Amino acid sequence: MSDHHDSDGWFDKPENVSKMLKVFYVVCVLLVIADFIVHRHIYHSWENVPAFYAIYGFVGCSILVFVAKWMRTFLMRGEDYYDE
Amino acid sequence: MSSVIPFLPLMLGAFAALILRGWTRNIIMLAAPVVGALNLMGLEHGVFWSMEFMGYALEPVKVDKLSMMFGYLFHLAALIAIIYALHVKDTVQHVAGLAYAASAVGAVFAGDLLTLFVFWELLALTSVFLIWARRTDRAYASGMRYLIIQVLSGVLLLAGLLIFAQVNNSLLFTQIGLGHDGIAEIGAWLIFAAFGIKCAFPFVHNWLTDAYPESTPSGTIFLASFTTKVAVYAFARGFPGEEILVWIGVTMACFPIFYAVIENDLRRVLAYSLINQIGFMIVGIGIGTSLALNGAVAHAFNDVIFKGLLMMTMGAVLHMTGKINGSELGGLYKSMPKTTIFCIVGAASISAFPLFSGFVSKSMIMAAAVKEGYDYVWLLLLFAAAGVFHHAGIKIPYFAFFAHDSGIRTTEPPKNMLIAMFLGAVACVILGTFPAQTVYALLPWEHNYEPYDVTHVLTQLQLLFFSALAFVWLNLQRLYPPELPSTNLDADWLYRKLAPKFVTTFGCAIYGTYVKFERSSLALIKRMIRQTYDVEQGQPKGYFARLWPVETMVVWVAVLLSVYLVFYYI
Repeated sequence: MSDHHDSDGWFDKPENVSKMLKVFYVVCVLLVIADFIVHRHIYHSWENVPAFYAIYGFVGCSILVFVAKWMRTFLMRGEDYYDE
Repeated sequence: MSSVIPFLPLMLGAFAALILRGWTRNIIMLAAPVVGALNLMGLEHGVFWSMEFMGYALEPVKVDKLSMMFGYLFHLAALIAIIYALHVKDTVQHVAGLAYAASAVGAVFAGDLLTLFVFWELLALTSVFLIWARRTDRAYASGMRYLIIQVLSGVLLLAGLLIFAQVNNSLLFTQIGLGHDGIAEIGAWLIFAAFGIKCAFPFVHNWLTDAYPESTPSGTIFLASFTTKVAVYAFARGFPGEEILVWIGVTMACFPIFYAVIENDLRRVLAYSLINQIGFMIVGIGIGTSLALNGAVAHAFNDVIFKGLLMMTMGAVLHMTGKINGSELGGLYKSMPKTTIFCIVGAASISAFPLFSGFVSKSMIMAAAVKEGYDYVWLLLLFAAAGVFHHAGIKIPYFAFFAHDSGIRTTEPPKNMLIAMFLGAVACVILGTFPAQTVYALLPWEHNYEPYDVTHVLTQLQLLFFSALAFVWLNLQRLYPPELPSTNLDADWLYRKLAPKFVTTFGCAIYGTYVKFERSSLALIKRMIRQTYDVEQGQPKGYFARLWPVETMVVWVAVLLSVYLVFYYI
């Protein structure tokens, strides 16, 4: 069953991927717009920042990846480091 | 009531699996958790079995809402894991898996510390065979390290409970707490440390990330379900509301996600994210309000199911392709579409998407943190929640099933594996969509929490979508760290590299000194002999050595007598 669609998976076509990404971007924009329309409960004063969760998620994850990448410089060893 | 001891059905199942073969074994193995769960339904709250041992009252089986919740959870997890392992032709794994599940059930129904200790050690002894069952040198060494650390935890528990028995004259397992006087404080801390090791606290967490990914595809499902959750249960009963747990928990929630981002072995990524999820539970237990405690145990419940599901999908990949490193995988969605969907359901659940199980439990802990004024803890947990989506929610499915096409062509895993993953996925959706009828109905403490409101759904979606946006952006900018075949140093470096190196250096130094000392002493003795013995004459050089012993004696007696004479006159 797997052989007849060897390298023509849906995600192999760049136009499909860019279509999907466009939908994704639109959803992101809608979520930020919703932040200004919907009255959300404020449990903490920091939440008063517009689109607080969106900003926090984006910045948090970027920092996570950059720090993790930097950690590689002193934590990374060969695959069989402990077997030598 | 007609019920029997809770762990008995699973334990009998383990013995039956030892003797039976073929389809009879399969039927018994499937029946054991079902019968066990039905048996729980017949149990009434209170002490089910009590006895006296060396003057101490023991309650080997005590039933309350908390133990009941974990009891049901472990039976459900065991059933899914057994279905997943049915195709395996390995008696060791079947017997060890069932006995391990039985030990976990025994531990959560233990009403006294001594019974808890017995099951605590049984958990270690039964589970290590699931690691060794991989039958590689790496798995053997890893299992050995695992066993040593687990048994150490048991020894600490034993020491602590002996102190408690002496001070309180009771072994019953109730709230222990850390505020005691004198020696009881040492006992409390010993028990705390024992629980902490099994809970994978920072610096003692590497048994988990070391051993779980070395186990067999089906063994890991059992492993990920029981040991750490028994420890979470033990903390919820023994140390609720201890503030130190908040800080330990938030550390556990945050630091593993950095490792998870750069780890190549996808099952090890899940092991790190397992610690991250336990961190949330530990924070909840540390806060200690009924909302927080409910959140902690509800999250434990959901975590067993969604982490099991994710582990099952990665186990299926390993089983079918023989590979598990992100650097070697990719593009598998074409040949394993069902597994891909199950993996995405698991990913959505662990990331706490609305309508998936993580959403309804993680939010309780977050809400409790804000409510009790733990501002920075809340902020860090929010970061950890975004991070978990990043590494477990996106990285795992992306690098295994999408990313660049690795060229691997395979098929879906065996039917039983697919059924187990299907059950796990369905459970994730049901738990997330109908929490009030499922996981909330089992919660031990009073609550009136409502997870689904506009604010909560909107903010969570914003957090998750913009975390995903960060992933997309970093990937398009080629800033995302590629998967590399590597080992990342962690606290286990201390005992896998530093300590052996120290011991070898130190040992070599001692041995070298000894050899030098021996050689110089021998040389000294030889020189002494050379100086006192005339080789040419064939006789010693010294005056006394030339005499016979009798003659020497006479000389000395004469000396003695003359000295005596002198003293007499003085």
